[in-house]
Amino acid sequence: MTATNDLWVFLETHPDGTPKSVGLELLNPGKRLAEPQGGKLVAVVIAAEVSAATEAASRYGADLVITIEGPAYAHYTTEAYASALTYLVRKYQPATMMIGATGNGRDLAPRLSARLQTGLTADCTQLDFDVASGVIAWTRPAFGGNLMATILCAEHRPQMGTVRPGVFKKSEPVGVRAEVIAENFDLDLSAIRTRVVEVTKEVSVEVNLETADIIVTGGRGVGGAAGFALVSRFAASIGGVVGASRAAVEAGWIPHAHQVGQTGKSVSPRVYIACGVSGAIQHVAGMSASDTIIAINKDPQAQIFTIADYGIVGDLFEVLPILEEELRRLGRP
Amino acid sequence: MSSTIPMTSPAPDGGGTCLNILVLVKQVPNTQAIKIDPETNTLIRDGVESILNPYDSYALEAATRLKDKLASIKISVLTMGPARADVVLRECMAISADAAYLVTDRRFGGSDTLATSYILSQAIRFVQAQEGRRFDLIFCGKQAIDGDTGQVGPQVAELLDLPQVTSGLACELAGDELLVVREMDDGTEKLALPLPGLVTFTKPNYSLRPPSARRKLAAKKLDITTISADDLEGIDRGRIGLKGSPTRVRKAYVPPAKTGGVIFSAQPIEESVRQLAQLLVDRDLVVNVEGDAP
Repeated sequence: MTATNDLWVFLETHPDGTPKSVGLELLNPGKRLAEPQGGKLVAVVIAAEVSAATEAASRYGADLVITIEGPAYAHYTTEAYASALTYLVRKYQPATMMIGATGNGRDLAPRLSARLQTGLTADCTQLDFDVASGVIAWTRPAFGGNLMATILCAEHRPQMGTVRPGVFKKSEPVGVRAEVIAENFDLDLSAIRTRVVEVTKEVSVEVNLETADIIVTGGRGVGGAAGFALVSRFAASIGGVVGASRAAVEAGWIPHAHQVGQTGKSVSPRVYIACGVSGAIQHVAGMSASDTIIAINKDPQAQIFTIADYGIVGDLFEVLPILEEELRRLGRP
Repeated sequence: MSSTIPMTSPAPDGGGTCLNILVLVKQVPNTQAIKIDPETNTLIRDGVESILNPYDSYALEAATRLKDKLASIKISVLTMGPARADVVLRECMAISADAAYLVTDRRFGGSDTLATSYILSQAIRFVQAQEGRRFDLIFCGKQAIDGDTGQVGPQVAELLDLPQVTSGLACELAGDELLVVREMDDGTEKLALPLPGLVTFTKPNYSLRPPSARRKLAAKKLDITTISADDLEGIDRGRIGLKGSPTRVRKAYVPPAKTGGVIFSAQPIEESVRQLAQLLVDRDLVVNVEGDAP
């Protein structure tokens, strides 16, 4: 088979076979970018059970879905997924490959790029078509968000990029059916050298900061684990996920999985509510892409107010209970 | 891996051959102090403090913790960068590293991540051949805080045909495997990594230990082996530097600064909170409040 102009989106799945949100999100810019390159939008599903993700890919606008199904893909391993994707890329030769910048996506994409000897741009937050060169212009933050860089991969194929979850919105579902190719790939099980010993899901609420719609973050001003109970209660009342600043994590008030910022997660929710967060540049680097930022802080000089859309100068212990009550009151018909 | 390198079988019980660990490190500007030249949109590097990439420091601490339990472990550190990057190597030697390698050559300048990973993999092969033994484990940070790409670890693993674990939080030796706790988006998983293998580390709940005064002094006198392009026989010149890089930076710019927004300052504070709550509801920012959700 010869090289195509197709744009591929790798649709990472949950253990139950449903697709992670970021893959469906990527089909939206994928459609827009596949057209000027003169190619099809292709979703790639590799899973133990591909039907749910195949169905979703079709609904969210893929022209073609290529699948590999097998029990070896029930739990993510670098080598099983890298082998399967390499097989597909070599066979079908897409022009572009996009992968969600999840933990597994960031594990898989660079491994694949080295195997395919091609360029990869990590953690993109903006995707454009560069008319002059006819390739994708991948834009990503660097230096903790202080600088944006636009990167081209002009001569190597596929041009690869990982894209942050939550940056793009899913398109409206369509009724058109995508063509489906169920590929057979004979995976060499001995090529999987790591062994999964155990999997521990975060016991309380799933800390899915990167796909959260609303994040309520506690910082140093929260003062302790008890303060986080208040933050958590408020977050739960508005359907939000709890985030934390580095100071709060290092003080041992909350696990690192909640940390937002340079040594934590990069997030871009619709609403970000920072409580008792000073707004150090490392923290801002991880949340400045949020749509709307709300700050609650006792210190009127706190840096967080310079990037907040809305703010209240006040004690979070006083503000949060009133805010919760007010929202509940306004929510009632 | 070259067939000329003897495959030592590691003996975590301390008998026989000792374990050989390589930590890949990078000297990075302290991003807290970063300033951008508004005229040229480039980073002002002058006067900006250089530090050991924090994620690499967690990798070094992980290796050092293994060595705490098994003193025979040898820790080497390797970096690619300008000559002045020797500072971070000495910093690592003041903590725990026994040997240090500086990969430096103007011909390596302008390398993107793939070219960098290729050079590093070639340098690692070179050191293994020189020393006549393999690295049983290669550790590095999951990403560097300047580029934030997180690509070099997995790419080096691929180019050396090693199994990999990324975003490691902690690890321990168990028989002839390394058990690594890997941070996932929604929890953790414990993976058994056969040796040789590569692990990248994320931020654990500890920091790198400070150097001891004795080691700090000793580190000043230790040798650093410099490796240039000419040392790396057989390196493909078409895969290094700017010319050998598949990606090219088209432009770099400073993201538009967000300007401060509306501060609700009505007194008493209840009034401000009420105004904020009203706005959140009016703009559909908060829709489903607990108890009212359908």
